Amino acid sequence: MSAVDTTFETLRSQGRKAFLPFVTAGDPNLNFTGKVLKELISRGASLCELGIPYSDPIADGPVIQASYTRVLDQNQKLADILKAAQTWTTELSAPIVSMVSYSIIHRQGLENYVTSAKAAGIAGAIVPDLLVEESAAFAEICRREDFSLIQLVTPTTPRERALQICETSTGFLYFVSVTGITGERTELPPEVVEQVGWLKARTDLPICIGFGISKPEHVKMLAPVADGLIVGSAIVRKIAEVEEKGEQAVLAEIGALADELITAINS
Amino acid sequence: MSDPISAVPNSSGRFGEFGGRYVPETLTRALDELAEEYAKARQDPQFQSQLTDLFNTFVGRPSPLYFAERLTEHCGGAEIWLKREDTNHTGAHKINNTLGQALLTLRMGKKRVIAETGAGQHGVATATACARFGLECIVYMGAEDIRRQAPNVFSMKLLGAEVRSVESGSRTLRDAINEAMRDWMSSVETTHYIIGSVVGPHPFPLIVRDFQSIIGQETRQQSLENFGCLPDRVVACVGGGSNAAGMFYPFVDDSDVELLGVEAGGHSDQPGDHASPLSFGEHGILHGSYSYVMQNEDGQTCDVHSISAGLDYPGVGPEHSYWKDTNRVQYTYCQDAEAMDAFDTLTRIEGILPALESSHAIAKAMECARELGPEK
Ligand SMILES: Cc1ncc(COP(=O)(O)O)c(C=O)c1O
Repeated sequence: MSAVDTTFETLRSQGRKAFLPFVTAGDPNLNFTGKVLKELISRGASLCELGIPYSDPIADGPVIQASYTRVLDQNQKLADILKAAQTWTTELSAPIVSMVSYSIIHRQGLENYVTSAKAAGIAGAIVPDLLVEESAAFAEICRREDFSLIQLVTPTTPRERALQICETSTGFLYFVSVTGITGERTELPPEVVEQVGWLKARTDLPICIGFGISKPEHVKMLAPVADGLIVGSAIVRKIAEVEEKGEQAVLAEIGALADELITAINS
Repeated sequence: MSDPISAVPNSSGRFGEFGGRYVPETLTRALDELAEEYAKARQDPQFQSQLTDLFNTFVGRPSPLYFAERLTEHCGGAEIWLKREDTNHTGAHKINNTLGQALLTLRMGKKRVIAETGAGQHGVATATACARFGLECIVYMGAEDIRRQAPNVFSMKLLGAEVRSVESGSRTLRDAINEAMRDWMSSVETTHYIIGSVVGPHPFPLIVRDFQSIIGQETRQQSLENFGCLPDRVVACVGGGSNAAGMFYPFVDDSDVELLGVEAGGHSDQPGDHASPLSFGEHGILHGSYSYVMQNEDGQTCDVHSISAGLDYPGVGPEHSYWKDTNRVQYTYCQDAEAMDAFDTLTRIEGILPALESSHAIAKAMECARELGPEK
C-alpha cells in the first residue's frame, strides 16, 4: 500500500473526505512552495499535488500555464524539485503526489522517474497526458514500486471505458468535472454528480473530483458523491500575487481558503 | 517476407515505435470517433469521388510537374522537375488536407472548426474550406507569426475566419498548436480540429498523410508520362512534414527512388538556432505523439528558429521518425541563408516565386542535381 492508499483508508474509517490542494513546484521559488505545502497540511489538507512545470501543458488553463512559465523561465530543473521535495516530505504529515507530463517521465526513463520521485518521498503520479492504452509499461513499474498511478476519467469518457480506467488506476481515481482545461469556473456542470455516483456504485477506488473547483458552493454540490476534492487554480492564483503582497499575506489567504473549503467538504 | 514500409500505422497509430496518442483523456472519444469516421470514409466511394471532384474543380488538380529547364542548366547536373503545389487554390499543398478534413467534419455532424497556423498557409486553407462548406472557423496563430505573415491574416479574415493571437511561449507554431488543443479540450463535442500537418495524436498523422498523398501519386504518374521512369531522387522540405509525407508515401516501397527530407537549419547548428529535430533532436513526446523532438534533458520543449514560419517547429511527424530510423528516407537541413539564395535563384531564372519553406527543398535539390550529374 502506498501512502495514498493509507490516507484514504484512514479518512474512510473516520467518515471524512479529503481536501487535495494543487501547488506548482517552485512558484515563485522552491522555498516558498515548501511553506505553502506546510501551511495547507497544517490546515487539514489530506494530500497535496505537486505540479511539475511543463513547457506545453495542453490540459491547463492560463493560471497554471503562467505559473509553469514563470518557473521554467528561471531554469528550474526536475532535480531541483526532487531535492527540495526530499527535505519537505520528511517533515510533512500528508502524502505528496506529482502532477507530471508524460514527456517529462519519458525523458527521465520510466523506471528512473519512479525511483527518484520515491526517493524524494513522493507517493505517486497523476499523468494528465497518459491514456490507459499507452500506460501499460509505466503502470507495471508503478505497481512494482508501490507508487500510485492516479488515472483520469472525464465527462467525455464512455462508461465502459471509465470502469476499465478504474481497474488500472491506483491510489484514487481523478474525476475531471468539466469538459475542458483547468481554471476556476463560476458554475460546475450538475451532471457530474450523477456521473461520479454511477462510478462510485461500481468501484471501491476512492474518487476525487477536480478542475474548476474554487468555492464552498462547488464543494457542497460535489462532496456528497466524492472521496475528495481537488483545488488548483484558486491557490495558484494567490501564489502569483506573492511579489505584490508578500509571503505572509499570501500564506494567510491560502490558509483561509483551505479552512473555508475544508469546512464545506465535511459539513 | 517483412511488411512493406508503407504498411503503417497499426491500429494504435504506431509507425514502428513512433506515433501513438499522448493526450488528455478528454480528447479520447473524439479521436476514436474521428478514426472510425475516417475508416468508413476511406472505404466510401462517394467520399472519394467527392474529394476528387473538389481536387479537380476547386483546387485545380492535378498540379503540374514542371521541368525547370533553366535551373537545370544553371546547376549543370541532373534534370530538376518541380511539383507545382503552389499552383493550387490558396497557393500551397495545405488545401488538400483541409478539404478532406472539412468533409470529415460534415460527416461527423460538427459545425465548428479550429486550426493552428504558422506561415498562415494552413490557416488560409482551413478558412477557405470552411467558407466553402459553411463551417465556423477559428484559427490560432502565434503573435510573432501574425507579425511576419500579415497578408495571410488579412485573407483569413476576409474568408470569414476569426484569427486568435497566441501570446504564450515563443508565440509561434508550437504555441498555436497548444492553444488550439486547449480550445478543443473544451469544445470537442461540437468542434473538429483540422490539424495542419502530419503531427499530433493518432489518427491525425495517418489522415493528413493520406490526404496529402495525392502529391506523390500524381508525381509518380507524371514522371512516367514525362520521362518514362520514376525519379532518381525526390526532395521535399519538412516542417511538421505534411508535404514531404504526401510526396514520399507513394514512393516508399520503390526502393530505387531515393528520398530526401530537408529541415530548417536556421542560422547555426547550435540549439535554439535551428528547427531540425530529425538532425539534432531526441526521441520524445510532443503534441500527442512520440517522435523526434527538440527538448532538453528534463523533457521540456526547446525554442527553435527558422526564417520560415511554416518550418519553425520543434517537432516532426512520427512517420518521418520511422522513415529516418529505418533509413528509408535521408534527412538533412538547409540554413536560412542557403534557402534565401535558392529563393532568389528560382525567382530570377524560372520566374517562380517559391515559398520560403519550399526554398529549403529547392536549395538541396540544386545540390543533388550537381551531385547526381547529367544522367537525370
Ligand atoms: C508552402 C509550404 N511548404 C511547407 C510547409 C511546412 O509544412 P509541412 O512540413 O507540414 O509540409 C508550409 C507550412 O506552412 C508551407 O506553407
